[in-house]
Amino acid sequence: MSWFDKLAETFLEDDRYLWMVDGLKITVIITLGALVIGVLIGALIAITKYFCEGNKKLRFLNWICDLYTTVIRGIPVTVLLLVFFFVIFASARDGVPVAIVAFGINSGAYMAELIRSGINAVDKGQMEAARSLGLSKGQAMAKVIFPQAIKNILPAIGNECIALLKETSVAGYVAVVDVTKAATNIRNKTGDAINPIIFLALVYLVIVVIMTRLLTILERRLQKSDGK
Amino acid sequence: MENKETIISVRGLKKDFENLPVLKGIDIDIYKGDVVCVIGASGSGKSTFLRCLNLLEIPTAGSIFFEGEDLTNENVDLNLHRQKMGMVFQQFNLFPHLTILDNMTLAPTLVKKVPKEQAEAKAMELLARVGLADRAESYPNQLSGGQKQRIAIVRALCMEPDVMLFDEPTSALDPEMVGEVLDVMKELAKDGMTMVVVTHEMGFAREVSNRVMFLDDGVVAEEGTPAEIFGAPKCERLQAFLAKVL
Repeated sequence: MSWFDKLAETFLEDDRYLWMVDGLKITVIITLGALVIGVLIGALIAITKYFCEGNKKLRFLNWICDLYTTVIRGIPVTVLLLVFFFVIFASARDGVPVAIVAFGINSGAYMAELIRSGINAVDKGQMEAARSLGLSKGQAMAKVIFPQAIKNILPAIGNECIALLKETSVAGYVAVVDVTKAATNIRNKTGDAINPIIFLALVYLVIVVIMTRLLTILERRLQKSDGK
Repeated sequence: MENKETIISVRGLKKDFENLPVLKGIDIDIYKGDVVCVIGASGSGKSTFLRCLNLLEIPTAGSIFFEGEDLTNENVDLNLHRQKMGMVFQQFNLFPHLTILDNMTLAPTLVKKVPKEQAEAKAMELLARVGLADRAESYPNQLSGGQKQRIAIVRALCMEPDVMLFDEPTSALDPEMVGEVLDVMKELAKDGMTMVVVTHEMGFAREVSNRVMFLDDGVVAEEGTPAEIFGAPKCERLQAFLAKVL
């Protein structure tokens, strides 16, 4: 049997390529869901820390934020996923929402540091100018500081998205059939050990290349305002 | 000087930076329509003084009365008072992610809830006055330094302030652009705007201001009309300073 026949048998028999398609859908859902949660948590923490600075009454909030980042960054995401599925949400039957929450909370810790560095990189004069015009600290953050911060860190956020996408490949640990798990299932079913893995690698590669492209386009569009 | 309505009163203003005293007790009244130029060597506390007026720096001691209210009082709505004190910075501090028009309408629409069309009409009128109406849709980084500073001035004017604070507005400009900014400021002074200007432009101080304050080592070493300050300086430090800059 030629390699080509083998390939056809592995993926076309019983429409097994559809397993990959369904798995890919799950991978994308988990990635997007986790991304939304990650950005929200990250922004919340970064902004909270910004407002806590120099405010003694809010010091405990700062402490909570630090605790969160320390704990999350200190635990491998696979372990975190297991903790969420088997300990915190032990009664959950569907692993997908649990995976979204776990990856989101994990990503949030990294996003927080990213966004914070983005906020700190905005010139101090921007806040002063906004305040001198009568904007409150919150208004200045929302309309002046935050939009610039996000623009500054867009490439880094893109990297975080790509890392997140690839991290979701361990979702199979909690009975989620993502694209990696789908490829494993095809291997087990067909006994073809090579083609599903090669194909899986290509799937990830293609998605990452597409994401990188989209990000470049977005960056270029945002850079218009820099007058370059 | 027949109009003597006080707009800003500074009483016993002190400011330390980490135990280093920068302002060591300043008392001054600024009246409606005054154009006060603040001069002095670098490190004398000029900019700190100006930044204390709208509480961008929190005074260590003393009071700032603006239109009768003590801004250093914790219960005062600072945002409300800052709307009436326009400020222009050395580094322009335009918002780079917004167009010129959006830079100008942001605060009026957001803070004063002025309808968008009205804010834009006002902004366009001001832009026309400084000859930059055609740049309304540009972004700040597409403009020259002089243009940016003119925009910064009219951006502050969009809030219809009662007083304008200028923190070395021409110090970051290429020499050939200083004139266009000073012209706008002169125009503003002529219209009767109350202005406090920290500056190294002695020509501007002499020609446009009605009062000059010489700050030295955190205190007002001498204060008077431009004629008095530049024509007959009394204190030695001022004489030495003028000898260096003129």
